[in-house]
Amino acid sequence: MKLEIPELCLVALVGPSGSGKSTFAARYFKPTEVVSSDACRSMVADDPNDQAATPEAFALLNFIASSRLRVGRLTVIDATSVQPQARKSLVELAREHDCLPVAIVLNMPESLCLARNQGRDDRNFGSHVVRQQTQQLRRSIRGLRREGFRYVYVLDTPEDVAAASIQRVPSWTNRQHETGPFDIIGDVHGCFDELVLLLERLGYQVTQPPAERGAEDGFSVFHPQGRRAVFVGDLVDRGPGVANVLKLVMSMVTDGTALCVAGNHESKLVRKLKGRNVQVSHGLAESLEQLELETPQFQQQATQFMDGLISHYVLDGGNLVVAHAGMKEEYQGRASARVRDFCLYGETTGETDEWGLPVRADWAAGYRGKATVVYGHTPVAEPAWLNRTINVDTGCVFGGSLTALRYPENELVSVPAAQVYYEAVRPLVGGPEEEPRVAGTNDRPSNLLHVDDVMGKRVVSTRLRGNVTVREEQAAAALEVMSRFALDPRWLVYLPPTISPCETSKLPGLLEHPAEVFGYYRTNGVSSVVCEEKHMGSRAVVVVGRSADVTQRRFGIASESAGTCYTRTGRRFFEDPALEAQFLERVRAACGESGLWEDLETDWALLDCELMPWSMKAQELVLEQYAPVGVSAYAGLSAAQTPLQGASARGVDTGETLASVDQRLHLAQLYREAYARYCWPVTSIDDVKIAPFHLLASEGRVHSDKDHLWHLAMAERLSQADTGLFRATGHRVVNLASHEEEEDAVLWWEELTSAGGEGMVVKPVDFVAAGRRGLVQPAMKCRGGEYLRIIYGPEYTLPANLQRLRGRGLSTKRSLALREFALGLEGLQRFVDREPLYRVHECAFGVLALESEPVDPRL
Amino acid sequence: MGACRTIDNMLLTISTTYRPATDLGYLLHKNPGRFQSFPLPFGRAHVFYSVADADRCTAALLLDIDPVGLVRPKAGASNSAGWLQQYVNDRPYVASSHLSVAIASVFNSALAGNCRERPELAQQPIPLEAQLPTLPSREGPELIGWLFEPLGYAVEIQEHPLDAGFPEWGVSPCFGVGLKGVVRLRDLLAHLYVLLPVLDDAKHYWVGDDEVDKLLRFGAGWLSDHPQQELISTRYLKRQRSLVLQALDRLSDDGQVAPNVAAERGQHDEERLETPLRLGEQRIQAVLAALREVGATRVLDLGCGEGNLLRELLREPAFRAITGVDVSHRALETAHSRLRLDNLPAAQRERITLLQASLTYQDQRLAGFDAAVAMEVIEHIDPDRLEAFEAAVFGAAQPGAVVITTPNSEYNALFENLPPGEFRHRDHRFEWTREQFQDWAQAVAGRRAYDVSFHGIGSEHPEYGAPTQMGVFTR
Repeated sequence: MKLEIPELCLVALVGPSGSGKSTFAARYFKPTEVVSSDACRSMVADDPNDQAATPEAFALLNFIASSRLRVGRLTVIDATSVQPQARKSLVELAREHDCLPVAIVLNMPESLCLARNQGRDDRNFGSHVVRQQTQQLRRSIRGLRREGFRYVYVLDTPEDVAAASIQRVPSWTNRQHETGPFDIIGDVHGCFDELVLLLERLGYQVTQPPAERGAEDGFSVFHPQGRRAVFVGDLVDRGPGVANVLKLVMSMVTDGTALCVAGNHESKLVRKLKGRNVQVSHGLAESLEQLELETPQFQQQATQFMDGLISHYVLDGGNLVVAHAGMKEEYQGRASARVRDFCLYGETTGETDEWGLPVRADWAAGYRGKATVVYGHTPVAEPAWLNRTINVDTGCVFGGSLTALRYPENELVSVPAAQVYYEAVRPLVGGPEEEPRVAGTNDRPSNLLHVDDVMGKRVVSTRLRGNVTVREEQAAAALEVMSRFALDPRWLVYLPPTISPCETSKLPGLLEHPAEVFGYYRTNGVSSVVCEEKHMGSRAVVVVGRSADVTQRRFGIASESAGTCYTRTGRRFFEDPALEAQFLERVRAACGESGLWEDLETDWALLDCELMPWSMKAQELVLEQYAPVGVSAYAGLSAAQTPLQGASARGVDTGETLASVDQRLHLAQLYREAYARYCWPVTSIDDVKIAPFHLLASEGRVHSDKDHLWHLAMAERLSQADTGLFRATGHRVVNLASHEEEEDAVLWWEELTSAGGEGMVVKPVDFVAAGRRGLVQPAMKCRGGEYLRIIYGPEYTLPANLQRLRGRGLSTKRSLALREFALGLEGLQRFVDREPLYRVHECAFGVLALESEPVDPRL
Repeated sequence: MGACRTIDNMLLTISTTYRPATDLGYLLHKNPGRFQSFPLPFGRAHVFYSVADADRCTAALLLDIDPVGLVRPKAGASNSAGWLQQYVNDRPYVASSHLSVAIASVFNSALAGNCRERPELAQQPIPLEAQLPTLPSREGPELIGWLFEPLGYAVEIQEHPLDAGFPEWGVSPCFGVGLKGVVRLRDLLAHLYVLLPVLDDAKHYWVGDDEVDKLLRFGAGWLSDHPQQELISTRYLKRQRSLVLQALDRLSDDGQVAPNVAAERGQHDEERLETPLRLGEQRIQAVLAALREVGATRVLDLGCGEGNLLRELLREPAFRAITGVDVSHRALETAHSRLRLDNLPAAQRERITLLQASLTYQDQRLAGFDAAVAMEVIEHIDPDRLEAFEAAVFGAAQPGAVVITTPNSEYNALFENLPPGEFRHRDHRFEWTREQFQDWAQAVAGRRAYDVSFHGIGSEHPEYGAPTQMGVFTR
């Protein structure tokens, strides 16, 4: 006997002790698929027959089975299950996980069971036990279907068992092997003319049946490129062409040029046609009237067709799900009454709105699945993406339009309704969610991020560097910073990576020197690098839109200044909104002046910059750390000079101490000069300077495919457009095969740093460069000696100090730099690809989380 | 990185005009003719005399602190927490606990009052002058006076501009200080030993029980009469409440606190602390009353911080399930230990849960409560993020009632020490007038189908209202 079971189900092997359940399970199922009560007894009580352990053993059994079903694994329960109560809990377990319960009954002769048990010395219970179990089983067999088992197979003899074979069949909803391309069409509701127009616009050739032939011959529809239509249900009711719509769709489904899922209107119509008592409302009357005019044969075919519609389809390798009213991730591919209800009606909160219609729970807002879900059911004015879900019911029958989503292109095609066929109870809104959204953007309600999107250990999959792990404690730290200090996450599409310094130089008096940077890149197979002057400011990311409409549409934030500027930890850069607005206005003007909008075919841009003065953002650091150290050093050391001089004058030998204090006083002075160089007060926009060095992204593109010379050229164009605000970034390309070019670059660095410059940042000419061992550092800094005095303290250059500081380790910093680089670009790519906010946010959040890693902050 | 919590004096000079002044050498146990160096765990100390005449003698204690060694984490440290400390710091240049350690180590005998050559002199007040060129006092120079003047010193303070090139930056938190008085040398050293770390407020070493003994030993004879006794104990013991209480107890157990001093101390504390304490207490009481009023049994404390409200909620059995939520993991850990959750009886323990969560992300764990309290929380949220707060609390968590308290900015006019336009707390992102708060709250209530009523907390001013305002939202 061939036993067909669904590929995902809960199989209960039912039979008394000794009926051969474990042997059967071992023969037909993987060992890991089988959960045995005896094994669970052993696990909790060291003895498979310890009846006292039964409650704990079944708790464990349930836990294992539950976990398996949750992740979608077929599970076989090897327990006697001869009592109704035991089976009831298995049926409930299956329902809880929305999969079908299957019973395979081993109804062996009692004598055989007894004989088997006697042959085993671990089963010393009396024969009455087996007898009782057998009797319980026999009483149960007839009622198994009523108990809820959807498949019941009874094997009565050892021969039946020997002849049995198990065949796993895909569930009805599983059409993963069908890869499209598809055109998914919203609620038609009898709008036949619009449907034909839409199909034609989508490239289908629709042939109507000749008038003299019976309608039963149906329509002929085909697409030259082999595209197929998928209907989201609600073909019927309300509209004028219900019968023709059914004929057309039935023909297409029969011919294999369309799939159709069930809608709630089909469900209700079928019940009415089958003679059930159904309230005739919501346009059911129109269907009934129109079908009345058709032949009984067609009525029967139509009923059969609608009755056989599946709740939802999982298509294209699991990447596409079509259901009438939507589909939660945990229900996809599952089968149960509540899954079907969800497909037909969606999820409601139990409340009704001011028009008396049910208030829908916002399942799409919480949707985090990887499959695109296309659905209909609730008419919306414009289809809008929300977390990879889209509602394509644009209310044709209410005078809206009939819409199709082309998959995988994700393009919307619609035809307007020729007229209002049916009055809507409530006006069409933007979507079932609270806030209106705009078509084709990832312009989402602000409140859709869930704490589960960021908390706990997370693995973010990046294009550049595979999986990047964010540890739980890093996420916890970032949650605080993100919540307390960061901007609205819709702005934070990118956070810049940290930059590692070069290897520590061994040259006297220096910690960092360009030779080390060049050496690193040469060793890693990079042939030419660009050296960029490092402006001494603070890292800033600038998002600027051409107008407030643009940022509203693209970022979902109503901001009069049409952009934002934030620090590398996502904080607002400008405390004064007026100053920020002036700043953004100037940047916007420069983008316009330089022709950036036109050249990049964009109306927004994201710039990675250095913003000056340093003291603007670092004021607190200067006032609370650098300056107090400077003044204390100066005052303390000055005060020490006098008594030392006094002692010397008295003829006391003070050794090296006075000379040392004199020297340290000099270093303290250098230290104060070092930080003061980068401080100036900001009283107006004229005091602010910006030096962009990456034009990271604009509409539709992340510019990591351009080399740094392109980025610098774009920055140069901006700075020419507004020389007051922008600072160009001095740079030079160095061919690492040329000793002279390297020497020149070292000289340039020495000039820069001796004039008080911070130093330089060196990057491979290509934005993303891979060497023999994978991604190389995207940038490396090489800081000047006086700048490092601010970082390492006034006296770091004393030989003994320098010697010890050379022991700094760079590996953590470098690894972080690469991971953050990969996360940063990943987030941007996702944003540019209009992926859901939570997918973009997890990248920026990840960068912030990685930054909580304890690393020597002086690097 | 926190603020730069400084500071040890790197240099201390002690002068006397006692004749013969050179007897200072005997008292200090250091020969005026020599330059001596002593190794210390964090560097070296040098002792020498810049003047050594019969009329005047000046001894100098100069520290040479190793700045690199200070920042490098100890080998074998479990993580690099050391790196997260201030990495450029003023330790080498200021008077801090390092100087105290040096005094105890280098002037050990003098501090104990021992002097083999001049034993009587060691017990005798003599004219002494101490100079500390870089003494930190983040609260400003006044505290230096408050600490030293009650001990009989004439205190002279010199301010240093933070940076002469940037006059707008103001003055340094480090002062040049001269102390003049007729005291025993051992007392001067003991005063410095205890008070330098108090001013610096950042001991460089771990504080344990033995620090209480040290405090009492070196504070013997003066600390119990010092009007700043509590502040001194608190800071010396690094604000470890249990140690501070232990020290204060022992100070009074020994009968060292004269009744009038104790009364004076109490009065002083009240003046300083009563008003804020009472407002905080009133706020809690008002919130509890609101919760009782709505009959809440399952209560969320949003932004519970270190658990002040949670403690009171736990005291009332009517609140059967209490969940404290904060975005700061560290605050929750503090709450956990302050509420002694590990020691609560099981029945009590089960009533309370602490969760790390953010009020700008939606969180299913916050759903299903009768009431949520956000006490002095919203003003810590950027105004443009209030939308997310509203969505998370009123939209997603949807408690039966929401109690929100926030400062009433109109009342700020009555705070003498608060310049106009400034907020009561550095992290406040806004402070609202009653009208602003009510406008916001009514709009939220309208959007989210709640009713809202408003209440003042604290003494009501006829024009400016109460210092705190409360909105109670119900469904």
